[in-house]
Amino acid sequence: MVAQHIAFGLTAFAMAVGAVRVVTTKNVVHAALWLMLVLAGVAANFILLAAEFVAVVQVLVYIGAIVVLFLFGIMLTRAPIGRDNDLDNSQRLASLVVGLLVFGLLASVLSKQYGRVHIHPGPIQRTSDVAQSIFTQYVIPFEAVSVVLLAALVGAVVIARRD
Amino acid sequence: MLLNEFLFLGAFLFATGVYGVLARRNAVLVLMSVELILNAVNINLVAFGAFRDSVVGQVFALFVIAVAAAEVGVGLAIVLLIYRNSRSIDLHDVDVTMKG
Repeated sequence: MVAQHIAFGLTAFAMAVGAVRVVTTKNVVHAALWLMLVLAGVAANFILLAAEFVAVVQVLVYIGAIVVLFLFGIMLTRAPIGRDNDLDNSQRLASLVVGLLVFGLLASVLSKQYGRVHIHPGPIQRTSDVAQSIFTQYVIPFEAVSVVLLAALVGAVVIARRD
Repeated sequence: MLLNEFLFLGAFLFATGVYGVLARRNAVLVLMSVELILNAVNINLVAFGAFRDSVVGQVFALFVIAVAAAEVGVGLAIVLLIYRNSRSIDLHDVDVTMKG
């Protein structure tokens, strides 16, 4: 239990720093790399919650594909590589207030509702259980997601085509 | 482990993402902030799944990951199109262009 708490504290700290850097850094490429740190931390949290399949998918899809896609987007739009002081708009103060209000609201509700609730380590949920659930109870949403992915793929090609 | 540890982490990521969406003017950075928000949701789903001893949280997290991948693909295609048309992905310029 102690090891879990230490691991959670370390990853949570790294993720908090990374998330703040993603939204404040002056360098677009650095923002993508900080985002990678946050995504890796999310995968570590999935491992802590005994969701190892979701953790592996997180690493494969997010760190392997989405961050690379972001780097491609940065390079194709020829964003200034290096420091750029023009990345934030004039609403920073208002945005900070909104962000703090959102966090305050969520934190107050969560601490009231789930103050000292523990996650009890129950029976291990294996990947086969996840597969069982996806391919029996949630098979129609699964097929719908396949269609969504195909449509997004075709749509992205059509939108980004040169002529 | 306390359930709230994960929920507070998710809330913090969510609030940070909301700040990023509102405060950034580079379109790629706005998409990155949206990813922060989606990951906050995923942490919540998996944490509640573990709390209730149910795999449904993990199943929904997988669906969210798939939809996020589709969203990033289409989003970056739109950003490329905006860049090709106006030589800039500054959302303030886009706003001005669309107003005419």
